[in-house]
Amino acid sequence: MITKAFFARFDKLAMWFVIFMIAVAILVPLSNLLLPASSPFHVPTYLVALLGKYLCYAILAISLDLVWGYCGILSLGHGAFFALGGYAMGMYLMRQIGTRGVYAHPVLPDFMVFLNWKELPWFWYGFDMFWFAMLMVLFVPGLLAFVFGWFAFRSRVTGVYLSIITQAMTYALLLAFFRNDMGFGGNNGLTDFKDILGFNVQAQGTRAALFFLTAMSLVLVFVISRWMVSTAYGKVLVAVRDAESRTRFLGYRVEHFKLLVFTVSAAMAGLAGALYVPQVGIINPSEFSPANSIEAVIWVAVGGRGTLVGAAIGAVAVNFMKTTFTTGLLAPYWLFALGGLFVFVTLFMPKGILGVFSDLADKFRKPKAEAVTPPKLQVAE
Amino acid sequence: MSDKEARVTQAVLYLDGVSVSFDGYRAINNLSLYLAHGEMRAIIGPNGAGKTTMMDIVTGKTRPDEGDVLFDRGKHDLTKLDETAIAELGIGRKFQKPTVFEMHTVADNILLALKGPRSPFASLFGWRNNVEREKIDAILETCGLTAHRDRPAGEISHGQKQWLEIGMLLAQDPAILLVDEPVAGMTDAETEQTATLLREINKTHSVIVVEHDMHFVRALDCKVTCLHEGSVLAEGTLDQVAGNQRVIEVYLGR
Repeated sequence: MITKAFFARFDKLAMWFVIFMIAVAILVPLSNLLLPASSPFHVPTYLVALLGKYLCYAILAISLDLVWGYCGILSLGHGAFFALGGYAMGMYLMRQIGTRGVYAHPVLPDFMVFLNWKELPWFWYGFDMFWFAMLMVLFVPGLLAFVFGWFAFRSRVTGVYLSIITQAMTYALLLAFFRNDMGFGGNNGLTDFKDILGFNVQAQGTRAALFFLTAMSLVLVFVISRWMVSTAYGKVLVAVRDAESRTRFLGYRVEHFKLLVFTVSAAMAGLAGALYVPQVGIINPSEFSPANSIEAVIWVAVGGRGTLVGAAIGAVAVNFMKTTFTTGLLAPYWLFALGGLFVFVTLFMPKGILGVFSDLADKFRKPKAEAVTPPKLQVAE
Repeated sequence: MSDKEARVTQAVLYLDGVSVSFDGYRAINNLSLYLAHGEMRAIIGPNGAGKTTMMDIVTGKTRPDEGDVLFDRGKHDLTKLDETAIAELGIGRKFQKPTVFEMHTVADNILLALKGPRSPFASLFGWRNNVEREKIDAILETCGLTAHRDRPAGEISHGQKQWLEIGMLLAQDPAILLVDEPVAGMTDAETEQTATLLREINKTHSVIVVEHDMHFVRALDCKVTCLHEGSVLAEGTLDQVAGNQRVIEVYLGR
């Protein structure tokens, strides 16, 4: 009975979340574009960009919650998939610069001219086409996750060992992307973007459109994830999380289940990265830094693991705190606050922000629920 | 040779000359055991006799160092398959310590166990998402859990978890059920019911039961194998085995 009520409420919660996000997707850009700056409801452009960034993080958080919250794969390298998606988008944006770069080379991005390269490396081919770049946004992180997962899950690497090798993966990529020879702009990364699909990336209208797309992508990612976990597939994922070996003895190929969710999740993280880059205007190797991936885990834990909605709330809440914290007197203490927050949440709010609210809601509902169920309970005993 | 062939072709499960060592300790030592189609077999033996290790070998958790482990009239060599493949062939297992999916409801535990396609794509789009309520209810009825249908499996009692695991085995509909200590921690009445349930299941499935409880083994009324130090000490009816001088020594003589 309790679980049933919980799921009924959860479905309602999911529905409200989708409605709320669609409203945000429409109202924020509209208020930014149509209302005069003097209006109290006007959302300034800087805030649109900031909120857009938060929503990209929310997508990353949902993708991480899908693998960690439901399947128990604690990935400490999800930032790598996010960054790879970001680089794929960055490569498209670089190739749109064309002759407007400092060296005005028609094909080569500035950093390649600077490095005295004569022609475009093969892996930059095709990125002048938007559709190809978008395909790569999903494909490259997905492929990396597939290959990585194929080896890791088949060898039954689980728990803390898996977390460590995902961390090693993102660290290795960090070092690799720092090298100028890699052909991704070394430690400067990719920046100075001009156009996206012919629109100026700095323009107010483009920013509003990017915000709309980000919010709608969040809805899409959420709906896909929610659907996945509500099917029998999702039930198997939870079974794997709670009793992996038992699931094997039941005849499920656990490694295939993990591989699919890990790959889908990586593609989602890639999408988040791709939406992030045009809004912040830069992608560089620091996005691969292990601390980023760990921070994403904290968002999910703070919001409420295994709830999807909670992950999104956690991402926005923690990043909002980060923005307020790092701009004032308290700036030097942000990392202490973040670490303290994680410890606090783990000890006192194991179900996160969302868990606290659903417990409160249970308390209010309880008297009513008991009035209905006594006969049922007696049968149960 | 023809004698061996005859034994292989009659057996749903055939173990011959199986040995396995852990760090020099011989957990299973030249064990041979044949289970006929539709047979129920009780396996007894003191602690450390190799009962659970034998189940680990049959279900693919442990690979034997030597020996034959064949399934379904010798058609499948189980030593070359992993847990998932063996479960898919039709060997179901209930663990000594009841392991159910505690966060899922009792009904969902049965749902996940139901025989049918088990690939990720089949479970995303397939029939397991539209299983008729009756199918699950029928199994819950058999193992007496109808009233607990929608409770999380983590909340039900120890004995009920044991039954839920048996129910999950039924849902899997395997050719052989391996049942490890099903009545541990049960009351006398529950033990009685479990024996009845297993005899009922045995009408359509081959069953191997590992158990310490002699009252329960008597209630099962089947052939008994006594293991000791990883090999078969005695085999026969419960009275024959219980009367065997070696068995008495092993159980009481220390």
